[in-house]
Amino acid sequence: MNCAECEILLHALIDGELDAGHARDVEAHAAGCAACAEKLKAFRSMRDAMAHADLKEAAPAGLRRRIEAALPQPAAAVIAPRKFPQPSRRTFFGGFAVGTALSAAVAASLVLTVVRNDEQQTIANEIVSAHVRSLQAGHLMDVETSDQHTVKPWFNGKLDVAPPVVDLTAEGFTLLGGRLDYIDGEPVASIVYRRRKHVINLFVAQRLGAKHAGAGTDTIQGYNVRHWAAGGLDFWAVSDLAADELDEFTQKISAALRPSGPPGPS
Amino acid sequence: MTDDANAEQDKARRFRDAALPHLDDVFTLARYLMRNSADAEDAVQECYLRALRHFDSYRGPAMKPWLLAILRNVCNAEFARRGKQEIAADYTAAEPVAEELPMWQEPHASPEAVLLRQQDGAAIRRLIANLPQPFREAIVLREVNDLSYDEIAKVAGVPVGTVMSRLARARSMLRAAWNVADEATPGSAPGTSP
Repeated sequence: MNCAECEILLHALIDGELDAGHARDVEAHAAGCAACAEKLKAFRSMRDAMAHADLKEAAPAGLRRRIEAALPQPAAAVIAPRKFPQPSRRTFFGGFAVGTALSAAVAASLVLTVVRNDEQQTIANEIVSAHVRSLQAGHLMDVETSDQHTVKPWFNGKLDVAPPVVDLTAEGFTLLGGRLDYIDGEPVASIVYRRRKHVINLFVAQRLGAKHAGAGTDTIQGYNVRHWAAGGLDFWAVSDLAADELDEFTQKISAALRPSGPPGPS
Repeated sequence: MTDDANAEQDKARRFRDAALPHLDDVFTLARYLMRNSADAEDAVQECYLRALRHFDSYRGPAMKPWLLAILRNVCNAEFARRGKQEIAADYTAAEPVAEELPMWQEPHASPEAVLLRQQDGAAIRRLIANLPQPFREAIVLREVNDLSYDEIAKVAGVPVGTVMSRLARARSMLRAAWNVADEATPGSAPGTSP
């Protein structure tokens, strides 16, 4: 890495937007270059200073009132907030009386759903536990590299399947490495990504606890969990990342896997 | 009450819950882009009206960058209406930003140390205000609105690489401005004394 590259990338480093490989490159360059080391230090303290200074402006109260006033007013709802639940409850019971057969069918499918969800829930809880465990120091990665071609072969011989490893660095999700984990007594691959300071564990396994290919979303202990199946594999993504950003992640992973067809043992 | 009216109120309530918590963020960006409070307030109000109109088609990603992108469009439309790209802020290191800066006790302290001591942020705000538009926007979205590079890229409509180079330029300019101020203070630089 030369000074010109370092000068741009050091900002991404102090902003926590750089993947592990590039971060090491920047730090290695700065270690041997006094000028860049000085810049790194200076910009880092400048960034800290800006973070601590109160640079945000509070919106004037008058502006807030004007915007509130411009929105459609919920006047009627405020006066009679309890007006609506009653008729809707009557409709609900009415529906039961009219179509008992239909209701029975609905009830049966409801039970199925609940049972299925229970099984899913157990796995989801284990997934979150594994995620939390991985965040403890030194547990996150068995193989630490931002190179997808190093991560993928590492799983050879450790699993029955070759988990797809996608590099999404260009799209803001940094590949950190991979880890072998156990969910429900089965070995699973965990591919570890990072978005800013948020770690994402992507667990990949064959039919992890569930035979159906249902997709699902969940929030457990404040962690967002996404589950889907593709190409005969079960995918679980878990992170403390905001729900919409985790959705973006799962979409990017799915999109990256699609063109090359279902990933299988290689 | 009609269903339409109910739906309209439901939408207003959802919009209020989702969009109003970001009012300070939106106003802050408006303040830095428009450079004065009255114009900023007008822009924010217009931004929220537009956001409400398009709320039906809103599918994410996050509310804050969505609002900030709308605000940015409102500001640009206003600049276009006025027939100029923006109040020119052709800042160079030679320009005396110094007169707006407070004096400090230790002229040889590094600008970063001075920054650290500057708790109220007023001086930093003035320095940011002196940056040319694309750099000012990038640094505010990053340091004040706390967006990720990806979100800044979407708000500004440029690739992430451009965001990175703009932030690098913006920070270099900020740092240079502090150095100018620092060199100006030891003697009796005109305009620095109260």
